[in-house]
Amino acid sequence: MKYLHLVWASLFRRKTRTLLTLVSIIAAFLLFGLLDAVRTSFAQAGQSANGAARLQTGSKLSFIQTLPLSLAQQIERVDGVKAVAYANWFGGAYQDPHNQVFSFAVAPNYLDLFPEIAVTEAERKAFAGTRTGALVGEKLAQRFGWKVGDRVPLQSNIFPDRSGSKNWHFDVVGILHATDKKTGGWFDQMFMLNWKYFDETTPYNQGAAGWFVTRVTDVNQADRVARAIDALSANSDHETRTQTEQAASAAWMKQIADIGLIVGSIMGAVFFTLLLLSGNTMMQAVRERTSEIAVLKTIGFSSRSVLAMVLAESVLLLVLGGLAGLGLATLLIPVVSAGSGGMLNLPAVGAGSWALGLALMGGIGIVVGALPAWNAMRLNIVDALAGR
Amino acid sequence: MPKLIEIRDLSKVYERGRQKVEVLHHIDLDVDQGDFVALMGPSGSGKTTLLNLIGGLDAPTGGSISVGGQRIDQLKAAALAKWRASKVGFVFQFYNLMPMLSAQRNVELPLLLTKLSGAERRKRAAIALQLVGLADRASHKPTELSGGQQQRVSIARAIVSDPMLLVCDEPTGDLDRQSAEDVLGLLRVLNRDHGKTIVMVTHDPKAAEYAHRTHHLDKGSLVAPAELAA
Amino acid sequence: MRWLINAGLFVGLVVVLAVWVMLPWAGALALAVLLAAWLLLARRGRQALSVAHVGISTLTQRLGSSGVIVVGIAGVVGVLVSLLSMAEGYAETLRKTGGTDSVIVMRGGSASEVSSVLSRESIALIQQAEGIARNDKGEPLASEELVVAANLPVKGGAADDTGSVQLRGIGERGWAVRPQAKIVAGKSFGPGLRELVVGQGAARQFAGLVPGGTVRLGAQTWTVAGVFATGDALESEIWADGTVVADTYRRGGSRTSVTARLADPQAFKTLKAALESNPQLQVDVTTTLDYFSKQSEGVTKVLRIIGITVGSIMAVGAMFGALNTMFAAVAARAREIATLRAIGFAGLPVVVAVMLETMLLALLGGVAGGLLAWAIFDGYGASTMAAGSVGKLSFALRVSPELLWTGLKWALAIGFIGGLFPAVRAARLPVTTALREL
Repeated sequence: MKYLHLVWASLFRRKTRTLLTLVSIIAAFLLFGLLDAVRTSFAQAGQSANGAARLQTGSKLSFIQTLPLSLAQQIERVDGVKAVAYANWFGGAYQDPHNQVFSFAVAPNYLDLFPEIAVTEAERKAFAGTRTGALVGEKLAQRFGWKVGDRVPLQSNIFPDRSGSKNWHFDVVGILHATDKKTGGWFDQMFMLNWKYFDETTPYNQGAAGWFVTRVTDVNQADRVARAIDALSANSDHETRTQTEQAASAAWMKQIADIGLIVGSIMGAVFFTLLLLSGNTMMQAVRERTSEIAVLKTIGFSSRSVLAMVLAESVLLLVLGGLAGLGLATLLIPVVSAGSGGMLNLPAVGAGSWALGLALMGGIGIVVGALPAWNAMRLNIVDALAGR
Repeated sequence: MPKLIEIRDLSKVYERGRQKVEVLHHIDLDVDQGDFVALMGPSGSGKTTLLNLIGGLDAPTGGSISVGGQRIDQLKAAALAKWRASKVGFVFQFYNLMPMLSAQRNVELPLLLTKLSGAERRKRAAIALQLVGLADRASHKPTELSGGQQQRVSIARAIVSDPMLLVCDEPTGDLDRQSAEDVLGLLRVLNRDHGKTIVMVTHDPKAAEYAHRTHHLDKGSLVAPAELAA
Repeated sequence: MRWLINAGLFVGLVVVLAVWVMLPWAGALALAVLLAAWLLLARRGRQALSVAHVGISTLTQRLGSSGVIVVGIAGVVGVLVSLLSMAEGYAETLRKTGGTDSVIVMRGGSASEVSSVLSRESIALIQQAEGIARNDKGEPLASEELVVAANLPVKGGAADDTGSVQLRGIGERGWAVRPQAKIVAGKSFGPGLRELVVGQGAARQFAGLVPGGTVRLGAQTWTVAGVFATGDALESEIWADGTVVADTYRRGGSRTSVTARLADPQAFKTLKAALESNPQLQVDVTTTLDYFSKQSEGVTKVLRIIGITVGSIMAVGAMFGALNTMFAAVAARAREIATLRAIGFAGLPVVVAVMLETMLLALLGGVAGGLLAWAIFDGYGASTMAAGSVGKLSFALRVSPELLWTGLKWALAIGFIGGLFPAVRAARLPVTTALREL
């Protein structure tokens, strides 16, 4: 630690060069922070503890196919099932058919199975008591400026009412909050309406359920219960496929894109160019300081300590830039999300990203400093002092 | 006075590409403790090489050097570094101070190798700076000091860990008359009042006058002063 | 005084960049020709050329630091072009799928075929409308189609890893309305049978989609009769007889949409007017080109924004790398440059020379990055859940010439900024530097 001021002074010997290099490092780690946050959020989506104890049952045929409502009572009787709820995709859009709203018609007990969605008792009562009531996620409400008490029009892309009109109206009776933003951030974007109102208003549903959500009593029994549920409809005209919510989310995410691969490739390119850039800076820095390094050695600093000092300098450079870059990402993300009025919902930079980032800073710092440090270590005092 | 430095049959050969150049031939030299010795000679005579060997910056190819009873020709690089840290102080022609550190920090450098606390280090550095008459410039960077002042800071650095031997390579080579006299006077004080043994390479006869005795080198061998005149 | 000039420089820089962003390649070529002319003919220009020559000929001595600029910019251009090529490929695949000579009719207010429902009566009315082409038998070239989703096991996944694919039950004239569709393996499905003909893109992603293979749709077993190719988004679908699909999905006589060929492109207006004003119908009529293009809008926009954001941040990094290298280069050659100025070379040639050197390196980087992106990613297969469809859309990344030009523009812009400030610093070097020991 007592060498810190020496290492620091060496690093800032040429202020301009070090500062310019720092900006490049900051840019690289800013990008890392942003991209890794996206990658983690994709990997984590739906991977909550609550999600592990919930099963999703949908039609085996396709996700747009409905199931008979009677299946609910059958599922309830399966050993290991704590509670069952059902929901239907509403296909809502606000003002423009392409402005999709994440909307479901839900069973009365749906919220019981999602303890991680926070909503007040009063609002739940209002929802149950208001036929046309709707519970709206807080980010969604923020995006369109909806408040409790508003009457909002929503089009359904799929279901018209009995008069053939696709325009529906709902009364916002409550706001939903996701308690765990990391794994359940999308709850903030939900629009929940009453299933009864939905089924009674459109002639096209005819009492069918879109999918069932089951809560199991024992997480370790989840797979067994899932198979038992599917067995109920085997060889019927409505065969089902039941998975844990975690598995279903992961499968869905995989379909969107292999985010890990894309992020990894981009960061690979970024860090490769960074390696070259900082490597060049460090090589130049050490080259310029041959006589100073020689003097340190004459004073009595061992070759190994000179090696360590150059490595420390290089790691310090990376850590300074990396911390600033990651810090910038952490600060910027909430600002951007807030500034877009809820339209963009970027994930925050998590602990995992920080840990990975720090490891990268250290690793890159060492790689970048290795050759210059080696050169410094092997510096011949006499030659260096003589200017050779 | 007991002998501090005993050199027997010292030789140094450099390899430049495929050529072998013998820079020093079979040197025998003794330096007493507390002595102030000047090494003179034309360029290429090997005086700097001899100085480097005495200071433990380089290893001889033949013969032996004993400093303070320690056979430094038998020490490996890492051990030599440790030896230098406590036993030798260096003063160079071009000062070689760290440009980004203050005078105080520059002087403290050798103390980083010891187990002294930060406060102790600062105290000793302050004492050293006071000794060279630059206590009021402790916080100045080398770029803010004159040549003579920089050289004196360099001397303070050389003595801060209280070495028994001071090795100086053309310490006044880059200074004007007045600064040179200041520096040489300082060296004399360090030798006379503080008992430091000083070996100094110089090409300036006026500087050599400050020393107690002068040895002459020519083409890698010690020559008697009488032979020089010829 | 100094800061006034700096501010002026900054404003000038912004203006130049704004113009550069909008410049087509022809404009840049014209600029390049003008520059070359100045370099070769004008006195100051020739001075600049000789100073630049000295700098460039010593580049090999500074390989490390020159490499920083080239590699840094190559990285920016490579990543930018690759990401944008995803957007390009995606948009292109969807754009190709439609044309101005065919239309899709869906229920009014539907975002896509899947969410539309047309009754049997509506379909009959639509098919009789004026403007639809007819075949030799006088039948309207219109196909009533049922678009649904099906779960199939993905290739290379675990046994129960399924993905969603868009299943299209086509009418009798389903092939006739799509002349671009060709069977490339096996044969088409037999009418009334549980047979599928699968698109090449779908065959790539899902397991078992080979002629003779079988898949389970829900509780039923279907056979794959053949593979078709269209060279566009439809290749990611699987097709079957509409009536059989309706039976499996219990849709009875309703369908989701009607795809029809127009008698001629001008007939679109008449057809649209006729159908949309019919009080018995509530439909939207769009050309297939408009329909598929609109589907791609959202995703393409997102992909482009991602590409440009990532590219911009990388560009900042590369630019500061260039600044670093060029400041060092100028500092290293301070004596030579000051000497030249003492001899009589004016400030402008020095500035131009330094910038030429930087932009040459940037050009190298831009070309390298673009070529790398093209070599690796052009034609690279990708797939994602397409908006407006319920299946994974396969598309190929497309590194178009426009994209390469965009990459080159970015490279030169980075080089311009990265070289400008060091160049100005070089021109402002006091001549006395030439006389002083460094």
